[in-house]
Amino acid sequence: MDKLELMKKANEIRKSIVTAVHSAKSGHPGGSLSAADIYTYLFFEELNIDPADPKKADRDRFVLSKGHTAPGYYSTLAHRGFFPVEDLTTLRKVGSYLQGHPDMKHIPGVDMSSGSLGQGISAAVGMAISAKLSGDDYRVYTLLGDGEIQEGQVWEASMLAAHRKLDNLVVIVDNNNLQIDGPIDEVNSPYPIDKKFEAFNFHVININGNDFDEIAKAFKEARETKGQPTAIIAKTIKGKDVSFMENQAAWHGNAPNDEQYAVAMADLEKVGEALCQM
Amino acid sequence: MSDVKKIATRESYGNALAELGKEHEDIVVLDADLAAATKTGVFKKAFPERHIDCGIAESNMMGVAAGIAATGKVPFASTFAMFAAGRAFEQVRNSIGYPKLNVKIGATHAGISVGEDGATHQCNEDIALMRTIPGMVVINPSDDVEARAAVKAAYEHVGPVYLRFGRLAVPVINDNEDYKFELGKAITLRQGTDVTIIASGLTVSESLAAAEKLAADGISAEVINIHTIKPLDEEAIIKAAEKTGKLVTVEEHSVIGGLGSAVCDVVAEKAPAKVMKIGINDVFGESGPAVQLIKKYGLDSESIYEKVKAFVK
Repeated sequence: MDKLELMKKANEIRKSIVTAVHSAKSGHPGGSLSAADIYTYLFFEELNIDPADPKKADRDRFVLSKGHTAPGYYSTLAHRGFFPVEDLTTLRKVGSYLQGHPDMKHIPGVDMSSGSLGQGISAAVGMAISAKLSGDDYRVYTLLGDGEIQEGQVWEASMLAAHRKLDNLVVIVDNNNLQIDGPIDEVNSPYPIDKKFEAFNFHVININGNDFDEIAKAFKEARETKGQPTAIIAKTIKGKDVSFMENQAAWHGNAPNDEQYAVAMADLEKVGEALCQM
Repeated sequence: MSDVKKIATRESYGNALAELGKEHEDIVVLDADLAAATKTGVFKKAFPERHIDCGIAESNMMGVAAGIAATGKVPFASTFAMFAAGRAFEQVRNSIGYPKLNVKIGATHAGISVGEDGATHQCNEDIALMRTIPGMVVINPSDDVEARAAVKAAYEHVGPVYLRFGRLAVPVINDNEDYKFELGKAITLRQGTDVTIIASGLTVSESLAAAEKLAADGISAEVINIHTIKPLDEEAIIKAAEKTGKLVTVEEHSVIGGLGSAVCDVVAEKAPAKVMKIGINDVFGESGPAVQLIKKYGLDSESIYEKVKAFVK
């Protein structure tokens, strides 16, 4: 896909995120919208995956360590063809396979259950170790929140990843700067994030995580990096492309009401129309 | 007793892993800087490339094990019970239990028989914690023979398994041709009609010795070895409750939430009988030689004998 097509796809995914959360009347739109471009690039360009064969042995693995942004993950999987887009409105409802946080037992395309912060990265490290043990060449990607890296387990996992020289592992930090209680540097600052991963012997790449050129370049650089894992610190805008959600901590875990939903969809339509003019 | 062969079940764990590792290339052993104590060092010596030392980071180790299992291999994550079930409880619940991943947890140094290290390392709560996780199998073997069989059974079972081993060398009691380990199946080691002693782990041999003493007093005690605490052999417990009507549970674990509680759950609902729970009575342990602690906390054959005798009267 070229950049414009990716941008259009991300716009569609953002609409699905807002629609799913609105339908569920709960969920996490902010961090789903901030990471929508990363999700889009991963699932439409980067990962070796097949929606017709979600469990194929040589697939690249993805672990959503910041599991609460499941609406972003599910919307991307649906648009990629893993399950029907219409099912997104069953999110968080009784009996739905689309659980509030990723559930590998029931959701096609989900490689690891996650949601309790700090745990997904450990599973990703385990998958990368496993690939090295058996000489498989699939790669492992995991997406973390910038608030999530306050969890000590993230650094336990990072230490082991670098120690074992897991160059088949890419850790992406969605640096939207906001967590539930406010800006991350006001709650308990993890900055400088890049220096921390560097100190843990990662190859570190700083990017604008809402720019497909920079995202593409970073993943290419990660693939070319040998002997150490890569950390991509992606600066993003929380709530991206929904006017009233952008950079608002309050939209971390809130669903829009009907009125707000209409405004959000109008915002996203506008972005989509602008893309069609390009 | 000096001529009785004694082996710590943690030794059995290491030996069984090294043995299984020969046949099964998909076994990966993880440890958290305790390979010499958990005895996974035995496996490491034989298969260094399949032994992953995660360093002192048990929570991460459980997640790494989950990831390895998600790719189809069979990880045995090993550390002390305190850290496996205690520190990493939530990782075990959410990263292993919830996705029902095929991870085996080898938890050594369980109970007060840790000895001199004292209360911080004496985990008397692990069975309670682990058996509340849906789908988790919990095994507490009584000796070397059973522990080795348990490791093999855990490998063959698809799904998460918690294996509980001890630090102290304990008598080998199952060294006979008839011995057969079946997941979730209790083993009646001694027939009796007055009372049933239901024991697990290192208290099984102590209970057998207690039954011997009771016999001398004319009390006929049945002894049942529960090596699998979950799934529990309810049928065996109901049968015992209906037969003797008096059950005594004995475990090197808190009386809250362990074997005793599990047995009470069954009889309260299905076959009301009087139950006496022998175990750690809602207290922390302390430092001291293991054998002395077992005596002090009432888990030795003499203490069991005294308590059962009073209970039967």
